[in-house]
Amino acid sequence: MVKELFKKWFKNLKLNPFSKRDQIKLGLYGPPNGGKSTLANRICLDWLGQEMSTVSHIAHETREITIKEQVTIKNKKGKELTFSLVDTPGIATRIDYEDFIKKGLKKNEAKKRAKEATKGVIDSIKWLDNMDSVIVVLDATEDPYSQVNITILGNLQARNIPVLIAANKVDLKKANLEVIRSAFPQYKVVGLSAKYGKNIEEFYEQLFKIN
Amino acid sequence: MVTFQFVPYHEIEGITSAKRINKLLNIVKEDKIVILEGRLRKEEEADLIEITMEEIAPGFRGIELSVIYPDRSRQDPFQKLKGGFANLLLGDRQGLTIIGPASIVKKIERNPDKIELFTKETKNSKKKRAK
Repeated sequence: MVKELFKKWFKNLKLNPFSKRDQIKLGLYGPPNGGKSTLANRICLDWLGQEMSTVSHIAHETREITIKEQVTIKNKKGKELTFSLVDTPGIATRIDYEDFIKKGLKKNEAKKRAKEATKGVIDSIKWLDNMDSVIVVLDATEDPYSQVNITILGNLQARNIPVLIAANKVDLKKANLEVIRSAFPQYKVVGLSAKYGKNIEEFYEQLFKIN
Repeated sequence: MVTFQFVPYHEIEGITSAKRINKLLNIVKEDKIVILEGRLRKEEEADLIEITMEEIAPGFRGIELSVIYPDRSRQDPFQKLKGGFANLLLGDRQGLTIIGPASIVKKIERNPDKIELFTKETKNSKKKRAK
């Protein structure tokens, strides 16, 4: 317990002698189907030339923590930022295998996916303590006032972890960036389309500001 | 029929986080909707989600959760100060937390000062509102 207390103090001072890492851990957090893995793929494609995760229209496609080490991005001034990119399973309060059946999965497959998804949510929450900074990926076409969003942001704030909100899917007509900005006025919100790369340069610029 | 169970803050005030969460989840597992006076700590909200996931089984598919809390960003400095003192003296009694079983509560929509709770059996006629 005393070690944990010291860890927290040193983390705040950015001098963590307990840390085994030599690189910033940048986490992608958010509810399912917000586009975390699509954004992870966009970042990796842009800077490493290869994708990182599989994506799907069915929720909880990412059910395990996935890490891509040594991602280096560069801004217009030539400054470099190197981090480990951590793609996390979407956080949800309910998981019903019948929802997966409705999306076309067979019963056994749906049950397996539901079980893995619950474990994924648990892992995502446990990993919060390992993050140095976090991108919260929200679907800009959805209502931002969900308790999952509020709980994620509240927990990041309680841990003093810098946050950038990526309001994804701005290529869709229903997207409403202003609703997200007014829901979370204390955070920087960048509207983008991870799928098509819209406004991705602005997103990369903002990454330098939170790290 | 939907049953709401009110849990006053003093019932969870003196117990550990784990016991608080278990107490609330046990009520939800009886297919009741919890109306908790006040709110859980932020870390406890995350723990509640984590424990919910651990307990998902054929008869329990999770929860719907929503918290109404005074929006500090819209308060003037005096109101913020008063709220801060109240929290210091009384704990997290301000606000209201609603936790319902996913088998009954389809969705809780939250606007800054309003909660709309949609139950699974109904569409329009039985939409319940709390303000």
